[in-house]
Amino acid sequence: MSSVATRLRAEAEALTGGLAPLLVAAEHLANSALPGAHGRRRSGSGAEFWQFRPAEANDAVARIDWRRSGRGDDVFVRETEWQAVRAVSLWVDDGVAMTYSGGRDRPTKAARARLLAMALALVLLRGGERVGLALPDFAPRSGRGQAERLAQALTATAGTQEHVAPDLDSTPSGGHAVLFSDFLGDPDMVHSALRVAAGRNLRGILVQVLDPVEEAFPFDGRTRFESMSGHLSFETLRAGDLRAAYRDRLAARKDLLAELARQAGWRFTTLHTDRPAAAGLSWLYHALAEGRRR
Amino acid sequence: MLTFGALGFVSPAILIALVALPVLWWMLRAVPPAPVRRRFPGIALLLGLHERDPESQRTPWWLLLLRIGALAALILALAGPVLNPQPSEPGSGPLLVVMDASWASAANWPQHIERAGQALAEARREGRTVAVVTLTAPPADPLAFRGAEHWQERLAALAPQPVAPHPDLPDWVSALPAQVDTLWLSDGLAHEGRGTLHDALSQRGRVRVFEPRRGVLALAPARFDGGSVSVPVRRSDHDTAPTTLDLVAIGPDPAGTERELARAEAAFAAGETETVAEFALQPELRNRVTRFQIVDRRGAGATSLTDDGLRRRKVGLLDTRDDTEALALLTPLHYLRQALAPGTDLIEDAGIDELLLSAPDVIVLADMPGLSDDETTALLDWVDDGGLLLRFAGPRMAAAGQDDAVGAANLRPDDPLLPVPLRMGGRTVGGAMSWGEPRRLAPFRDDTPFAGLSVPEDVEIRAQVLAQPDPELAERSIAELADGTPLVTRRMQGAGQIVLFHVTANAEWSSLPLSGLFVDMLERLSVSARGSQPEPADMAGTDWQLETRIDGFGQLHRASDRPAIDGAVLSDALIGARPLDADLAPGLYAGPSRRVALNATDATTRLDAARWTPGTEIETGLSRPEQPLAGYFLALTAMLLMADALATLALGGRLVRTAIAVLALGMVAIVPAADAQTGDRAAQSSPDTSDGPVDARILEATESVVLAHVATGDARVDEIARAGLEGLSEALFRRSSVEPGAPMEVDPETDELALFPFLYWPIVETSPIPSSDGYARLNRYLRSGGMILFDTRDAEVARLSGTTPEARRLRAIAAGLDIPPLEPVPSDHVLTRTFYLLSDFPGRHANSTVWVEAARADAERAEGMPFRELNDGVTPVVIGGNDWAAAWAIDEDGLPLLPVGRGMTGERQREMALRFGVNLIMHVLSGNYKSDQVHVPALLERLGQ
Repeated sequence: MSSVATRLRAEAEALTGGLAPLLVAAEHLANSALPGAHGRRRSGSGAEFWQFRPAEANDAVARIDWRRSGRGDDVFVRETEWQAVRAVSLWVDDGVAMTYSGGRDRPTKAARARLLAMALALVLLRGGERVGLALPDFAPRSGRGQAERLAQALTATAGTQEHVAPDLDSTPSGGHAVLFSDFLGDPDMVHSALRVAAGRNLRGILVQVLDPVEEAFPFDGRTRFESMSGHLSFETLRAGDLRAAYRDRLAARKDLLAELARQAGWRFTTLHTDRPAAAGLSWLYHALAEGRRR
Repeated sequence: MLTFGALGFVSPAILIALVALPVLWWMLRAVPPAPVRRRFPGIALLLGLHERDPESQRTPWWLLLLRIGALAALILALAGPVLNPQPSEPGSGPLLVVMDASWASAANWPQHIERAGQALAEARREGRTVAVVTLTAPPADPLAFRGAEHWQERLAALAPQPVAPHPDLPDWVSALPAQVDTLWLSDGLAHEGRGTLHDALSQRGRVRVFEPRRGVLALAPARFDGGSVSVPVRRSDHDTAPTTLDLVAIGPDPAGTERELARAEAAFAAGETETVAEFALQPELRNRVTRFQIVDRRGAGATSLTDDGLRRRKVGLLDTRDDTEALALLTPLHYLRQALAPGTDLIEDAGIDELLLSAPDVIVLADMPGLSDDETTALLDWVDDGGLLLRFAGPRMAAAGQDDAVGAANLRPDDPLLPVPLRMGGRTVGGAMSWGEPRRLAPFRDDTPFAGLSVPEDVEIRAQVLAQPDPELAERSIAELADGTPLVTRRMQGAGQIVLFHVTANAEWSSLPLSGLFVDMLERLSVSARGSQPEPADMAGTDWQLETRIDGFGQLHRASDRPAIDGAVLSDALIGARPLDADLAPGLYAGPSRRVALNATDATTRLDAARWTPGTEIETGLSRPEQPLAGYFLALTAMLLMADALATLALGGRLVRTAIAVLALGMVAIVPAADAQTGDRAAQSSPDTSDGPVDARILEATESVVLAHVATGDARVDEIARAGLEGLSEALFRRSSVEPGAPMEVDPETDELALFPFLYWPIVETSPIPSSDGYARLNRYLRSGGMILFDTRDAEVARLSGTTPEARRLRAIAAGLDIPPLEPVPSDHVLTRTFYLLSDFPGRHANSTVWVEAARADAERAEGMPFRELNDGVTPVVIGGNDWAAAWAIDEDGLPLLPVGRGMTGERQREMALRFGVNLIMHVLSGNYKSDQVHVPALLERLGQ
């Protein structure tokens, strides 16, 4: 009996142990972004004043702004800015490849991706948006409780495959999706996911999280490269010779991803783990805001 | 042993292993360096990529070469390589080592000894008997052939002699065994008799000659040429390339220590074998020189001793004291100057004391009867120490005893500065003597210094002073007239002598000064030394004692234990007619009256290179010693292996990481040491803090403008002065941009004054008078732009009396100060307008005169300006008695400390006092900048155009 309780408690602590730092870091990051509901730059239902408009015949009398109308002969209606609420689904690649970090002072790609996703979720939740994960039974919702659930789910996920294909089947149609991965796996996975997204009228962002080592390829000499799961290996005698070819391939991969995103009406960016997370978050937030405005 | 040229191998068998190197090459090629394992997510992008150069899958060729090289070096090292392996020389039977060991060998002596040592070692290995013989010090007995070890012990004791080998065939040659090999260590010069000796030796066996090809240098005795000393330098014709040598003159300094007195260069042009080094020497230095040497060249030939020939005596002429404007030809000193100037250094002075200070060898008194007792004593002391006092008679000396003229009475009959008592009293001895015939000189006696001088017919003596008849007169007389009257008398006094010429030094009484005999006589008296070498005739029959001996290396040694040699022998040696040998060693010889240097080499020494009969085996240099090289090869192996390790790391891409690790290790090792050092430094710096207070004070004084007052020793006055400066500083702070720090008290005796622009010096009756050191500081301060405000604080009393105790004290203090002419502050002085416009300068008292440096007399009032143009200079002192500090003084709360005047008038006076203070400090700090405004209209006009 007591052993069960102990195990439960240990698990709970482990759970919160991972959860709390992610939440704290994400909160910290989210605070640096602009919080709250954001105007859609058009009139609609909202609290913010947008414009005065000459009253038309079908306008309810109650909508007439008497204070403004009293200044002249015309009658004006006060319009408020339209503030929309949409659903955003997040997806973070939990493949083993994401657990790579090229330097001791840098977080792993997975950690950075989760941090960005969580912070983005917090910012969106504060703005009253509905946020969820691209997982079954994780529909977008709003509210503080959703933040904690998101954090729990993000911390808990740990895959065993090298790369995981994004799964957008359970994402509600018409919303937004943000996909975090290094996209170094099979590009067909992205392709098919985007095809699904197009079918469901999803718009979104592809966020490629890379370690600077993966960009620079600073290796020399005889080297045996192994994939993170150890399934794949590749040996070269002079790694330095492969640098240019590798960089070319990486650039081609980025071009391919950008092209896929463009075709689907999505956006694509590459973020690096040695750069400040806040800059990435800011970019994400604004990209998302633009996407929603359309 | 296997040899290739200069390289040999002790165990050549190991070299066979070199054959295995190509096999190793093939094996090493097959093994590439181990890979590094890296996890890398981007591997998917790498798949299918290829290196540019598939060949590099094997070890690169240069790495292989490195490894093979390391291995080859190891094999070579094990084979025992030796550089310059010594081939064993053939030969058997006794070996004779002949060494020249002359003065010319000294330069190459270490090579000679080493070559002899090699020969001995070789002979010892082969069991040959050896005899070593030097030609300059041949053995008296027949040669003994002994084991080489016997001679090895004695080798180090051999030394070159300062002479050349004797030209005759040595006696020991005849006693040599029939079969003997010879090694001849030659000095490189063609000495006389060399050919015969070579023939004699080569008849008995093989003769090898060792002769380093190095030119021989020889100095000839120094000459005195015009104003400088020239030392001829000669060289043998071994090498006639242009070259430059340094020569030094060595002698005792005033403390008696031998040191280099001068240095000169001797430059040989190409093909030239003779040159001259010129030394420009002060007489004082020249007389100290004991020898000349070639720098960095050992040997008796490279050393040239100097003797009296180079010494010039210092002769002091006591100038006549009266300023009679006589013609030059009539002054007694004229002829002396003419006679002495070429051979001596003349010093002329009007005072005995000054003359004695310059330490002359001779002092000449020409017709100088009256000397004070002090002068007489001083001269006597000097004569006792070896001086030569030379006196001449004259009208005044003759008249001295005759009348009681002032000053002449000092000439007593027993004047200790006269060699003989002169006849005086009522009798006329000199001036008016009128002989019918002028007298002539008698021939000089043999026992006088003038012996041998011929007496010219035309020398006439017309008048003289007479000596008192005396038993010693004949003994003391060294020159007489034809009738036997003493003309020159001499008396020994202590170590020196006193000589009197009974005639004048000019042509008034005799024609002696006009004749050449006069010069010769002075020379004989050692007044002047002109001949560089004494005449052989003079030296014959005299004994010469060797004082300083010169050895083969050119070192000097005391040598008073040698028997004296005959002057004739020495003079023969001096002109080169007699070869030097052990008994007639080069050195400094002391004769009856002078010293003569006999040098190892002179201008006649032959310096021809040795000519050996054709076919003689000649070694010119030492064979190079065996040198094992195994160590170098092992080191090379280690270095190659280290390079290989680095290269392997670099190939594997691990070099940077390894380098960082090595660096980190190094840091760990170094950091504690650095800590220890900082600790040490902290410990070291702690004693320095004892200087802290002084530094702090200087620092404080230099951080801002600091007013200072001079401590008077009166606590109350000092306190008021400090409070006054405090008040003035406060006023300056509030009213102007000058922001002074806290005032300081200074003591001119100890404190650095340069830090303060302004000193306030209240004078009390008991103010201390500064010491000379203090005055020096104060004057330096005043000259370098400082200002002192002297305040006697007595204006109310001074107006009544004029001289107060304080004023007297001020005068006493200021006596030692460098104070310019003063004047009361003129109405247009810049002090009246540097900040405030002021007409008077009150302190606690008012209306007393304030003095400042006087303006230039030619200062003019500018057109249309109220001021004169006084643009330069800040007055170094301001002197007054208004007790300004009392008016300025404030307490801690900033309130006036002392009352000034009465009521509002008093406050007005205090304000004026403060304004004076501000003006004064402005004057100190900004100089006469306000005066420059005189030029403003002109400047404006110029700008307008």
